[in-house]
Amino acid sequence: MSTLRDTFMAAYKGRLYPNYWDMIALIFVLGVIILLAWDAKQMAAPYELGQPIVISLDPHALPGYALRTVLRMLIALFCSLVFTFIFATWAAKSQRAGRIIIPVIDICQSIPILGFLSAAIVTFISLFPGSMLGPECAAIFAIFTSQAWNMTLGFYQTVRSVPTELKEAAAMYHLSAWQRFWRIDVAFSMPALLWNMMMSMSAGWFFVVASEAISVANQQIMLPGIGSYIAVAIQSADLHAIGYAILTMLVVILLYDQILFRPLVAWAEKFKSTSLPDEPEPRSWLIHLFHRTRLLRFIGNKIKQLVDQIINMQVFRSKPEEDHYYHSLRYDRYLTGLLNLLYVIFVIIILFYSIQFMYQNIPLMSVVQVFMLGLVTALRIVVLVIVCSLIWVPIGVWIGMRPKVAQVAQPIAQFLASFPANLLYPLFVMLMVKFHLDVNIWVTALMILGVQWYLLFNVVAGAAMIPKDLLQVADNLALSGWLRWRRLILPGIFPYYITGAITAVGGAWNASIVAEVVSWGDTHLAAVGLGAYISQHTHTGNFLHMALGIGMMCVFVLILNRLVWRPLYVLAETRFQLL
Amino acid sequence: MQDFNSSGIASPILEVVNVNKNFRKGDRQDLVVLQDVNFRMYEGEIIAILGKSGSGKSTLLRILAGLVQPSEGTVLYRGNLVRGPARGISMVFQNFALLPWLTVLQNVELGLEALGVNREERRERALKAIDMIGLDGFETALPKELSGGMRQRVGFARALVVNPDVLLMDEPFSALDVLTADNLKSDLMDLWQTQKTGLHGIVFVTHNIEEAALLADRILVFNSNPGSIRGELKVTLPHPRHDLDPRFRNQIDRVYMLMTTQIQAEAGQGEGHVIDIGYRLPEASVAEVTGLLEILDSSENNGKIDLPDLADTLMLDIDELFPLTELLEILHFAKVSKGDIAITDVGKAFAEADIQERKKIFLQQLKLHVPLARYIYDQLCRHPRHRALEENFLSLLEDYLTEKEAARVLRTVIEWGRYAELFAYDFNSGVLSLENPN
Repeated sequence: MSTLRDTFMAAYKGRLYPNYWDMIALIFVLGVIILLAWDAKQMAAPYELGQPIVISLDPHALPGYALRTVLRMLIALFCSLVFTFIFATWAAKSQRAGRIIIPVIDICQSIPILGFLSAAIVTFISLFPGSMLGPECAAIFAIFTSQAWNMTLGFYQTVRSVPTELKEAAAMYHLSAWQRFWRIDVAFSMPALLWNMMMSMSAGWFFVVASEAISVANQQIMLPGIGSYIAVAIQSADLHAIGYAILTMLVVILLYDQILFRPLVAWAEKFKSTSLPDEPEPRSWLIHLFHRTRLLRFIGNKIKQLVDQIINMQVFRSKPEEDHYYHSLRYDRYLTGLLNLLYVIFVIIILFYSIQFMYQNIPLMSVVQVFMLGLVTALRIVVLVIVCSLIWVPIGVWIGMRPKVAQVAQPIAQFLASFPANLLYPLFVMLMVKFHLDVNIWVTALMILGVQWYLLFNVVAGAAMIPKDLLQVADNLALSGWLRWRRLILPGIFPYYITGAITAVGGAWNASIVAEVVSWGDTHLAAVGLGAYISQHTHTGNFLHMALGIGMMCVFVLILNRLVWRPLYVLAETRFQLL
Repeated sequence: MQDFNSSGIASPILEVVNVNKNFRKGDRQDLVVLQDVNFRMYEGEIIAILGKSGSGKSTLLRILAGLVQPSEGTVLYRGNLVRGPARGISMVFQNFALLPWLTVLQNVELGLEALGVNREERRERALKAIDMIGLDGFETALPKELSGGMRQRVGFARALVVNPDVLLMDEPFSALDVLTADNLKSDLMDLWQTQKTGLHGIVFVTHNIEEAALLADRILVFNSNPGSIRGELKVTLPHPRHDLDPRFRNQIDRVYMLMTTQIQAEAGQGEGHVIDIGYRLPEASVAEVTGLLEILDSSENNGKIDLPDLADTLMLDIDELFPLTELLEILHFAKVSKGDIAITDVGKAFAEADIQERKKIFLQQLKLHVPLARYIYDQLCRHPRHRALEENFLSLLEDYLTEKEAARVLRTVIEWGRYAELFAYDFNSGVLSLENPN
């Protein structure tokens, strides 16, 4: 469990305090968004798709759709991995690059990319005119954006924390940069990277469902997949189809976990330098099979040899002449200064044009209006966190204190967290329609749906980690009731609770874009909020307002992160860490 | 070995010429880590670099290895300028630096792999090295399955398998327990003497005097602040050396003498330690120095002990013992000279006082002899509400010391100040304050 937590918070740990690079990165990213919005506005009008694909609600078609969806996930995962290897390594090895890459990615991570998706789709369609490749790429891109940032930041942190002695040993024994990357950096980061990938997957499922069927500028684009199946089922208000889809999704996630991740995690055990005695070693029947079956073992060995050969390829070996690796420091400093200057100039230009563009196209009134909408959504999220905490903290502590229960409950909570909650929205919408519930209040429930599990399994982990002797002391001093909670349990789980809350809130902002506007058959429900604003303007193809909405959401997320969550996280790290 | 030395081959294997190392500390000031280091290593020599922690000896070893670039000066390896890790120089690390995800065999093969040795030859040479270092049977084990001693054996096998010319060792035995370390040392010396390794020289860094005297032909004693060679001792005893041999004890006394006599000479006026505000205060706790004073003051010692004996009875190496004796000297509780430590009158009074009285004496000596403590106290007195942020003092210290050392020194002085009730400190806010504002 601790690994999980470390991976999650890797991004926070390294950079606890904002600096001026954050500001620059924010401006940079906002500039790109505005640029893309402008771009999209230019091309929004005349684009056409190939043959519209008909989605069948026949349950027999579902396995095929599921396969397409899984394939998209895999491609996106692969792209994320390549992106991670390139950019995280670059940032870790070059301080100069790191100063730009890391803040930008950090900001990207906070952006509710879902709203941005439609702009991406339009861009990709124009790249591949007249074929489905455009929307396909856009969907893959959406999944990619839900995984890549987190993975990159995590990998960057682990590569940076490779012990100095290991780096020195690698240099002493003349490993080339290529050999060093695979033998040291990747190997050292493997356990954390895998956990990170697993966690990113849950966000990925959510996005794949949302991105397969999307309407841009009043046109519905559908890719064959589970997400589209659901969308069609919602349009035709087919409850059976929804049930089938949910079932399929459960099976798919289960298989993904069992066939891909469990074996990988069990295999990655060997990359850990120390094994904690009290943590049960992860097992996988598949790995077990591998070890026991001669043929599979033979194949495994062949793969290993092949990998070895690639790592040790002649071209990538170090040569004796390269042993001089000292370089001139003075020259380096000038270059750094020059690059920083160029970067700042670049950012100023973006800033100038962005402001000009916004000034000419967006009236101040709508900015104020969007800000108010942001406050509404923020309020919803605050309520959400409070409600979730009141429900799940006591339950989580109860579970965590009982190791047997925790062992069963923990995987279930993690599994539920990875289930895309937007699949369940139709069921709730049905209830809301049936009982005439106020949409403005009850969309909060929809947003909770997906994110509450993060809170639960973190609290369970935290409660399980409270040392036994502290509990015994509490018993001995007859601490009970509120006093026991206030003095022992709440401070004990605080770091874990904060981790869970940060993740939950991040997810909730994203969820607001799909949750604040929901429909069932011909019934369309829209709540007041920033998420609804974004998705409505996406629907009608009003890219300017869409960009404004997304920009505003970015600002909200970032400001809350810096002002509320980071200080809390620092407090958790320094004051309440149980060692 | 004697043959090599007496035949006197003219050209040295390693030559260190006027090496300086500074670390940049902002724009204002450089932190000097090494100053004017010069020495040569000849054919068949084992050289020990002996010094306290933080004396820059590890940095020097890394400069020899080509891992760290000297700010000034040069290192020549067989006449060639060292400009990066040179082929022919191998290194053993303090914490082994094994890749935890590779088996013993794969770890040993690593260096050969990088050199592009083919699979079969790699395996053969690695198995031979493993055999030589006494690791056979453990080829397929992962490092985490092994004890510390076995892990360091893997470190040695990995270093030796590439047939190095020179072996560098960075405190290779300090992470091991005493028995394991002794065992490994004697095995290493056997290999060296039977010349199975093909090595032509060894340089190692240590803070353990006995270890230096046990293994080395020559000991370079290092000064701290900045690191420089204080003196050099030749050890001519034949191997194997035994630590109970009187001639060996004699050598050890000579090392202590060299290390302590010169401290006195530097201090000059015989007034003991005079230090400035940015002095790198030793990491010593009040409880430890109190314990040491009580031992000194006890009837069987009569206020004076031979330092090697003290180190022996307390089982402390110099990294642990010297900070304590240094604090005693700074506070004028004791005096160190010629390898002996003797209690002073104030020290005697302190040792014999009760808890409250001890605090008073400590307070008085602290204010008198530790400028940093006095400075903090003055600042607090001057402030209208008698408060100050620790960051202020930290940034002051960072002008003199590395960030890490500055934090460590401040933590140390805060502990002393709290004990003496000179000032109070709040962890959460990082605020120092006077306990009883006057």
